[in-house]
Amino acid sequence: MKAAQTPHKKEVPCVFGRPPQLPITKIIRLSAALLARHRRCSTPTAALSLPPRVCSLRPESLSCRLSTIYSWHFTGKTKLCSVDAAMATTKPRLSSFSRNLSAVSSSQTPGVKCGPNGTMFVSSGIADLDKILGGGFPLGSLVMVMEDAEAPHHMLLLRNFMSQGLVHGQPLLYASPSKDPRGFLGTLPSPASLKHDKSRDRESEQEKGLRIAWQYKKYMGENQPNFDSHRDNKQDYCNEFDLRKPLERHYFTRQRVNCVGIQDSKNLAALQEHCASFLAQHQRNDGSCALAGRIAIQSLCAPQCEHSNMDWEMLSFIKSLKGMVRSSNAVVVITFPPSLLSLSSTKRWQHMADTLLSVAAIPDEDKELAKLLSGYQDMVGLLNVHKVARLNTQVPLILEATTFSIKLQKRRFLVLECLNQAPVDGSSGSSYGTSGSCSGSSKAGTLDF
Amino acid sequence: MENQNLNLLDRALGLDGPSEPWPLSGRVVLIEDCVETSGSFVLHQLVKRSLSPTSSNVIIFVAFANPFSHYDRILRKLGCNLVTQRDNKRFIFFDMLMLRCPDVDEGKSSEGGLVLLYEKILKTICGLPGDKKDYVTIMIDDISLVEVAANGGSDYVLDFLHYCHALTSEFDCSLITLNHEDIYSSMERPTLILQMEYLADILIKAEPLSTGLATDVHGQLTVLNKGTSHRLGRSGNKIHNFHYKVKENTVEYFYPGSRV
Repeated sequence: MKAAQTPHKKEVPCVFGRPPQLPITKIIRLSAALLARHRRCSTPTAALSLPPRVCSLRPESLSCRLSTIYSWHFTGKTKLCSVDAAMATTKPRLSSFSRNLSAVSSSQTPGVKCGPNGTMFVSSGIADLDKILGGGFPLGSLVMVMEDAEAPHHMLLLRNFMSQGLVHGQPLLYASPSKDPRGFLGTLPSPASLKHDKSRDRESEQEKGLRIAWQYKKYMGENQPNFDSHRDNKQDYCNEFDLRKPLERHYFTRQRVNCVGIQDSKNLAALQEHCASFLAQHQRNDGSCALAGRIAIQSLCAPQCEHSNMDWEMLSFIKSLKGMVRSSNAVVVITFPPSLLSLSSTKRWQHMADTLLSVAAIPDEDKELAKLLSGYQDMVGLLNVHKVARLNTQVPLILEATTFSIKLQKRRFLVLECLNQAPVDGSSGSSYGTSGSCSGSSKAGTLDF
Repeated sequence: MENQNLNLLDRALGLDGPSEPWPLSGRVVLIEDCVETSGSFVLHQLVKRSLSPTSSNVIIFVAFANPFSHYDRILRKLGCNLVTQRDNKRFIFFDMLMLRCPDVDEGKSSEGGLVLLYEKILKTICGLPGDKKDYVTIMIDDISLVEVAANGGSDYVLDFLHYCHALTSEFDCSLITLNHEDIYSSMERPTLILQMEYLADILIKAEPLSTGLATDVHGQLTVLNKGTSHRLGRSGNKIHNFHYKVKENTVEYFYPGSRV
């Protein structure tokens, strides 16, 4: 079923090749019905282009009508925007009606996506994190992850980040304070086989029948642009990584991965040299989108490094690294334990980051937390998003939620979920704990709603 | 200035009066912000106001934080084309992103880098044509990175700032700087920020709301205008406090509880 744009006097795009004398509202109704029937596409998007000068309806009344018609079929899922405001296309083009208009990935380079304000994104390796950050990590930005001394969750983020780059063939520079940085590559996860399809599982669950969805936000997530709609495309923007399967060795050849140990060097000059030469290969020239590069620096102020007590040396290194990366097609991820820096230094590091994340450990058997949060047993840790990169724009990105739980689905796949409060245990009759109680009364009542 | 829509920030800064003489000339403005709320939008607003067609200001922008393309894109959305202003010699951009005073000789060269920067600014001002020399605005983004560039030598940074301050009386130019006050809040003797706050005639502080961040209100601005002494009489200190929401092509300012 294709749309044909017949050059008719009225210039209305027609569907099914029918004569274009159909009134516009009828076309919309028909297309809405079509979309309802073809639910395979989980985010049905339709773009209708109507040359305004021919259209007799005024745009405002048209959009009103459109939204009413759509709402009959997709309650709560209508999203109407004018063509030039559509996030997907960078240049507005009059397109014929097509089912899947969210062509998000740049066709030239795999793994790089165009974003707003002239920025380009690469994936973090975790699909949920990409969604939270509004696309991924922008090229030219500095990402900092604050570690928790009690648990190595930052390694999960780092591993997925590095694996994603290698799968896309993006060169990687990895620096670590361990004696054998190259050995870390053996722990990188491999993309999951295509048999496992998370979104299909979720959909089949939905169609099972009427369910009381008190956590309805979980099921309403399909409003957002769907990155994995291009399942047939071999080079997905973001792969799903199976943490139990190690990455094949052919991915980390010497040309692609450079590992640097920072433990033994006296200062950061050597690392800076490495970064400078790496970033020089990824200089951004206007227009061309060469291969993107990734730099991952683990535990920059780790105590076993000699430079760890040279506060200004480290700040100077980060400043020059940030200056270099702004003019290149690369992303730098630095993890550091903030507990080892002074408060003032920590703030300076935080200000220098474009994107700031922190990970926290969750105690294993905490009854209070178990009562407060749902799904507590599956949680591995917490992820906090403090700051999201704002390159070329002054508008801050205010997230609905800033704390997410890190879970391992089937012990293999990393997912981030919003924290949800656990349901009140009605049988016991008393309100749960002292905090978070919205009823406010602590009396045990038989008629507790 | 009278034709444009003036917002609360303009009024707090005294930009709602006649544009000649420029209300901010000879004054020092300090913008403070923190990790949660960035204050750079105030800087962008001041750039836009300074480069308005009715005024004849020249801006010397010393950038340590972001490259020219970043500011260009943002100001373009605000309605100001920095490329043409740069070509018209009204916007002079010093890219200091890679400035790093080499630490071969600890004391001397950290100072050396900043001294050179000051000399460059002075030379630029002296090189301007006569009529434009009186309307120079020096903007520094941001001071915490100047400290990093000086390898922590905050004394040198203070010297540099004092020299720039001297320019405000010598050439009647205005000095606008941005710094992050949460860096210094945990220090025992935060000399740098205290001195800067003392020197400043106008103090603009961007903070989050006490209830946290929200999509409708991005934070609150507190503007302390210390009043002028060399205009017609002396006006006392005025404190303004209002909320703001940052958008792509404008910033909305409103009093708490009232949305325009």
